Amino acid sequence: MVKQESESANRPDNTAFTQQRLPAWQPILSAGIVIPGFVLIGLAFIGIGVALLVTSRSIQVLELDYTGDSNGSPCSSCSQSDIANCKCSLNFTLTTLFQGPVFFYYGLSNYFQNYRRYGASKDDNQLYGDLSSFTSPSSSCSPYNYDSSKKPIVPCGSIANSMFNDTFTLTRTVSGTTNNVTLDGKGIAWWTDYNIKYRNPSVTPLKNAFNGTVKPINWAKPAYELDASDRSNNGFVNQDFLVWMRRAALPNFRKLYRRIDASGDYQKGLPAGNYTIDITYNYPVRAFNGAKKIVFSNVSWMGGSNEFLGIAYLVIGSLCVVMSVVMLIVYAKFKFPDEE
Amino acid sequence: MARHSEEDAGMAKAPPAARQRKKKPKENKTRTVHANILHDCAKGDENPNRHYANNKIKTTKYTVLSFLPKNLFEQFHRFANVYFVFIALLNFVPVVNAFQPELALAPVVFILSVTAIKDLWEDYRRHRSDKEINHMDCLVYSRAERRYVEKYWKEVRVGDFIRLRCNEILPADVLLLSSSDPDRLCHIETATLDGETNLKQRQVVRSFYDLDCEFDPLKYNSIIECEKPNNDLNRFRGYIIHRSGRRDALYKENLLLRGCTIRNTEEAVGIVIYAGHETKAMLNNNGPRYKRSKLERQMNVDVFWCVIILLVMCLFAAVGHGLWMFQYGDNRPVFDVLSPEGTNLSPIMSAIYLFLTMIIVFQVLIPISLFVSIEIVKICQVYFIHQDMDLYDEETDSHLQCRALNITEDLGQMQYIFSDKTGTLTENKMVFRRCTVAGVEYSHDANARRLAMYQEMDSEEEESMSHGGTLPRRDSVTSHQSARVVLRSQSTKSHRRTGSRAEAKREKDITPDPKLLDKVNDCSSQMDFMRFHSQPMSQLPSDLSDIIDFFIALTICNTVVVSSPNQPRHKVTLTCSGQKHQFGQTSVRSERDCLWTGPSSSLITNRSSNKGCSSLLSSPSAESTLTKLHEEQPSGGLEQAFSPIPPSYDGKTSWNLDEGELRYEAESPDEAALVYAARAYKCSLVGRLPDQVIVELPHLGKLSFELLHTLGFDSTRKRMSVVVRHPLTDQITVYTKGADSVIMDLIKPPDTGRKTLKKIVCRTQHYLNLYAADGLRTLCIAKKILSKEEYACWLQRHLAAETAIQGREELLFESALQLETNLHLLGATGIEDRLQDGVPETIASLRKAGLQIWVLTGDKQETAVNIAYACKLLDPEEELLTLNADSQEACALLLEESLHYIQSTPFLVHRLGLVIDGRTLAYALDKSLEDKFLAVARSCRSVLCCRSTPLQKSMVVKLVRNKLKVMTLAIGDGANDVSMIQVADVGVGISGQEGMQAVMASDFALPRFRYLQKLLLVHGHWCYSRLANMILYFFYKNAMFVALIFWYQFYCGFSGSAMIDQWYLIFFNLMFSAFPQLITGTLDKDVSAETLQQLPQLYVNGQNSEEYKPYMFWMNMIDAFYQSLVCFFIPYFAYADSDVDLFTWGTPITTLALFTILLHLGTETKTWTWMNWMSIAFSIALFFTVALCYNASCPACYSPSNPYWTMQRLLQEPLFYLLCFITPIAALLPRFFYRACQGTLFPSPVQLGRQLDKLPADIRRNILSLSRVKVGSPLCPKLPFLSLAKASPKGYYKKDGRSVSGSKQGPLLQTDEAKRSPLQPTDSDMHLSDLYTPAPSEVDTLPYTKDNPALSGELQTSSAADSEHLNKTIEPSDVNLSSCVTSTPLPAQADSVQLSMPPDGASQCVRYTRNSEERLKSEHAVSSAHRTEPPTERPLQAASFSLN
Repeated sequence: MVKQESESANRPDNTAFTQQRLPAWQPILSAGIVIPGFVLIGLAFIGIGVALLVTSRSIQVLELDYTGDSNGSPCSSCSQSDIANCKCSLNFTLTTLFQGPVFFYYGLSNYFQNYRRYGASKDDNQLYGDLSSFTSPSSSCSPYNYDSSKKPIVPCGSIANSMFNDTFTLTRTVSGTTNNVTLDGKGIAWWTDYNIKYRNPSVTPLKNAFNGTVKPINWAKPAYELDASDRSNNGFVNQDFLVWMRRAALPNFRKLYRRIDASGDYQKGLPAGNYTIDITYNYPVRAFNGAKKIVFSNVSWMGGSNEFLGIAYLVIGSLCVVMSVVMLIVYAKFKFPDEE
Repeated sequence: MARHSEEDAGMAKAPPAARQRKKKPKENKTRTVHANILHDCAKGDENPNRHYANNKIKTTKYTVLSFLPKNLFEQFHRFANVYFVFIALLNFVPVVNAFQPELALAPVVFILSVTAIKDLWEDYRRHRSDKEINHMDCLVYSRAERRYVEKYWKEVRVGDFIRLRCNEILPADVLLLSSSDPDRLCHIETATLDGETNLKQRQVVRSFYDLDCEFDPLKYNSIIECEKPNNDLNRFRGYIIHRSGRRDALYKENLLLRGCTIRNTEEAVGIVIYAGHETKAMLNNNGPRYKRSKLERQMNVDVFWCVIILLVMCLFAAVGHGLWMFQYGDNRPVFDVLSPEGTNLSPIMSAIYLFLTMIIVFQVLIPISLFVSIEIVKICQVYFIHQDMDLYDEETDSHLQCRALNITEDLGQMQYIFSDKTGTLTENKMVFRRCTVAGVEYSHDANARRLAMYQEMDSEEEESMSHGGTLPRRDSVTSHQSARVVLRSQSTKSHRRTGSRAEAKREKDITPDPKLLDKVNDCSSQMDFMRFHSQPMSQLPSDLSDIIDFFIALTICNTVVVSSPNQPRHKVTLTCSGQKHQFGQTSVRSERDCLWTGPSSSLITNRSSNKGCSSLLSSPSAESTLTKLHEEQPSGGLEQAFSPIPPSYDGKTSWNLDEGELRYEAESPDEAALVYAARAYKCSLVGRLPDQVIVELPHLGKLSFELLHTLGFDSTRKRMSVVVRHPLTDQITVYTKGADSVIMDLIKPPDTGRKTLKKIVCRTQHYLNLYAADGLRTLCIAKKILSKEEYACWLQRHLAAETAIQGREELLFESALQLETNLHLLGATGIEDRLQDGVPETIASLRKAGLQIWVLTGDKQETAVNIAYACKLLDPEEELLTLNADSQEACALLLEESLHYIQSTPFLVHRLGLVIDGRTLAYALDKSLEDKFLAVARSCRSVLCCRSTPLQKSMVVKLVRNKLKVMTLAIGDGANDVSMIQVADVGVGISGQEGMQAVMASDFALPRFRYLQKLLLVHGHWCYSRLANMILYFFYKNAMFVALIFWYQFYCGFSGSAMIDQWYLIFFNLMFSAFPQLITGTLDKDVSAETLQQLPQLYVNGQNSEEYKPYMFWMNMIDAFYQSLVCFFIPYFAYADSDVDLFTWGTPITTLALFTILLHLGTETKTWTWMNWMSIAFSIALFFTVALCYNASCPACYSPSNPYWTMQRLLQEPLFYLLCFITPIAALLPRFFYRACQGTLFPSPVQLGRQLDKLPADIRRNILSLSRVKVGSPLCPKLPFLSLAKASPKGYYKKDGRSVSGSKQGPLLQTDEAKRSPLQPTDSDMHLSDLYTPAPSEVDTLPYTKDNPALSGELQTSSAADSEHLNKTIEPSDVNLSSCVTSTPLPAQADSVQLSMPPDGASQCVRYTRNSEERLKSEHAVSSAHRTEPPTERPLQAASFSLN
């Protein structure tokens, strides 16, 4: 026996794995699988597509451009001049109830927040509240890390420097009287941004942390005075700042500005009526052929209004069905006579 | 064959001593070795041997310190690595960087470290084995202690005396100075060196030959002068200079090589000549070869295209960015970032910077992991090939070896196979079949019947084996009766192994021809009588003396070593039991010999008193010999010589002279076969010493032939000779054995008077032709008697030649030539070389697979042709085109003719076989003719090159490979195939009988030829399709992924921004998508192994590179771009005009891309095992795990992307899942649709094979059996793919060959010719007389008048009449050997076109025969035409073909 074993010392293992005989599923694209499979997928997709389309249709969106590049528009005077805090207002009328919850966005187009060097121009540690980064901002912020007198800029970098600074108030005119629509600015940024990613240095008062630093060049007010109305909404955890710092993916984007506070008359959304938006026009966009707009929108389970996905599902679904029909014809013509 | 190979080995090898480490201060061609003990006191510089390498070996590449720099340096030889390091470093430049610089280093560091770890591990293993070897013990003589002391191998130096004991391994190359063996021999086994298992004898240096006492190193004071170290195992030249000034030559027989094992010798002492790395074994040790496969070459082209695409994309982006910047002019937008200096960058500068940035961002397009992945997959493929049970030979316990790791996929793309014949197609197990002695043929019918019985049993056995399990193995074969049963169980298994008894039985057991046996008995008894009466032996009738000489020649004219079967490694010595034998040597000398010579006076003592010519029986006075013999007689007796079991007087030592008990170890199997054959006639070789051969003859008992010289076999002489002193006649006799073509020329021209001799020669030649026609290997045996003076004269010259260092080979050759002339022909033998199992089937299926098979052999034409028929290489339905020419012009004409013939009959193309001999081949391979030769050879279905030299073999392979641009595979087993194996794209060695040289040179080593079928058809196909698909997938995957970023550039101002996070971008290839493709690349089977083997046509897939055609790369690229468009724009529109941020948008795209890529792999995967499922699940899980961890780990790190909590948020969004559903489906829809339609409408053969796989087993078997019968026949329309087979044009097998070529093509052809002839006046010069039409053909200028079918019947009769007439007119005196070809019908040979040239080259003939009967007749017709017509009347006569 021993001899026998030693004789076949080189004998390979006879296992399914080594002999490449592992049990396997071998799908072959045959009529039996492909046609029913396509029909099933197609029908499912058409179903989803219809549901998506219906949902999307139910979403109301109101977009108001206020760039003011055409002479007739209300903000054209502001867009021409470089006056700070130029005021203009937009009027619009809702004929039906704008279902709540209503979100109030500002939109920019032709604005490249995704520009590579722009995106890198920030200092995460500084924004995390690291005081050493206050005095010496990262070189990634360059050339927005020090001002001309070599003082560190906080918050440094191009993103912060270019922060959107138009402000809006919404008023509703009901039978001659104008009353403010309350806008809720809390919780418009990501929870993780507000609580984890961005932090103010744990110095009280906050102002002291910024000693020896300067505000970004384009800013009117330093970071610790961004929101005069709410002390906690200042510094790096300012909601508007957080929203701005989350760079948009595409050159045409909107960013959440406020929510319509669902209280009083506005519990169900914006009721029908005449509204006015008062705009403090600061942000120049005409230099790069940009546009600014205001968007009111409500959301569904699938997010904002987007008919595309529903249509895409419908198209792909019907394509699948069409293909299965084509294949059925093909099979019928070329295959079945042979298979008999 | 083996010796033939040995000689050729030198040619094939690399130039010697290329790696020589140290150079001696004075550059001369020799090395001088002094004994170390003389210089022991003189340490250091004084030692004359100090310049030589010591015995410590170090095969490692690196040391601890040098590892990192050296390994990195080696890795940077790969261009891709340099490129990736460059890109990683580019990231450190702030202006252009795209990722976190450290992160960008990760992939390249990963790749480099994987390779480095692999190298380190390999090197460590080498280090460990080095250490083990260096610390082995051996005995080295120490001057201080005056004895041999144990030392490590590494301490051995050149010039040391070492003592070797039995079964010890030699630590260095040692010159043998002393041996305990009484014959001053030392046996070594060289298996580790060349794989040859037979023992080799080594001799003590001549000057130390006659030492009576033990060798004393202290007394040694000679100097050895020898060659510089080189890697030629079979060469060692030098001389030893004694104090006295005497010089003695040294040969390879004196040198023991490192790595060999001492056998059969109790003790040996030698001096170290070469040590450590300078030993021949180490110099021969070159690592595995690096070849680049065809697929890889193709891949590199596409990698190059990828680089171009990359550059174009980068350029496009750079220009785009420049323009984008330009449109803003001086009025910079608020999101623009100024340069660090606070100034605006000019658009041009930023475009240039961006170009570099884009190269970094798009680097994924050049697949960094591709090279590593391919290597991993190939290692796995090699593992699986190794593990295949079907490629495992139980007999020899060997499986396939892959020696080249990186060309597995080439196996699937072969187009031409060049095969050796002997040992590759055949077993190289020689079986004696027939012989001719003195012109009388002894057919050995009984023997043939016995062999047929074995064969039958074999096939029965195979059947029973295939149905049931294995039969129990039994071990001993004792008698013929029981052998039958045992043989049944063993014969199938044991064809090759040397120790395998059943097989050995077949070879050894020869049933003697009764007639011949009688004659032998008769003869020897007469001789015995004559010896008894002191009559001169010359009175013996010449035919009888020829017979006995014939058998003596068979017995002694070889280098066979005798050993006993129980301990095959132990020599059978001719000593008595009185001597002490530590290792249980079996004494076979019968007791009576001992008694008769006296217990202590064995041969040795006798010889030592009578050194030089030492034969006991041929001691100086013939008288005394006879008296001794006379004394011997009574004790032995006649009966004993014939008794099957000789008497054993002593119970302790059983000396069996029984035939079954002696084993012969021969260097080539045909030698052994002849010795066994002789033994069947009771002429058995009993022992062989360096200077004598002991033979036992019937009636005469043991005779000792003093061996004066052995002129070994070599491929140029094609013969070997021994010079002996005949003990009975005391004549110096030369026995020569060799190829008939050579020997026949050396036969003494018969005297005019002696017609009988002429007749004998003629008849022998006739039988030789017969043998050859039967596929037997033929050998001629001749002898010559030298007078003392002649011998002395020759000896002088020969000795001079032997001692010359320069030009020794040439001198020896000339000297041999002088000796081997004017021979007396004794007879001829026919040895059968059996075909290996399954060779015809393998060849048939390989041919069906579209492979062109050429056989290149050194054998003679007839043998080769018949073996070719036997193994179905040539088909009986085929026409045979035989090219034999003996001048350049003749060859050119023949090729021209053949071309005409082929072109004029296009329908016959596939049915042609080409046979060409070595000489013609040499002309055909000439630059001017090679194109024509190839054109002819291409149109033939099979090509057979006979009598080709190793060099020619490699030239043919090279020619076909280079000119036809095809993939070539060379397969062979001997050293003569080495050059061919090395030249071919894939070299396959058969690890068989003839040592390991072919295996060493090969890329793959197979135990048997038939395994080639599975290796190519299954593993080759799989490896190719797996790797091809994987490479294409890699390109697709990277392109698809990179294109996503490219599309994004249109939306980010071409700024090099990426929505895919840098981590995903960098690890996507390395981790997330790496495993499934590796699994698929290793395990995917497009068609099952069974179907692949049953439908060899599927192999065409790989030959035509159908899995990976150049356009497929582009199709994949287009598909990749389409898919990336879908993966990009569906999320784009889904998120358009929303508040989505960069990475919340980019992460779904990454996920979608991953899903799409995996699903794509899924559609390309043909078999889904659990490993495929696992790997895909693992990939997805890995991606999400990494993403979730990464997005949760550090809120302030990973600048610039910092995608904190993105994935977590995405997983809560329904939109994310909705995208995940639709995008991969939409992306893969076209591909899926295409696959489905194509699989239905125009399925590729492979797809049909897969469909076949799905069918239930019995239906499949039905279809396959159907298909095998009617390949391509219109009767099976259901299997259209079968007609895709190249080699089977419809209807060929259905129609009679004649009706195709004759009635239909004939008239057409003639008109063709007629039209052509005026245009080509040279045609008329080339008269081709047709053999079917004796007279009219001369008027007719058309070469192929046989196409006229109306004439043929009539002509047949006329030619038949001719032949009858001829038979009568043949005279025995006619030495025209070709006319003797009235041979037995050739096995199933039918059509043959024979183009041959007579020696003068002035005329030619085209012979065209139709079928076997006609062929026979026509052969006579050749001769008749030749003879009846006076040459003067026929300016261009039909000359007979002459093959010899």
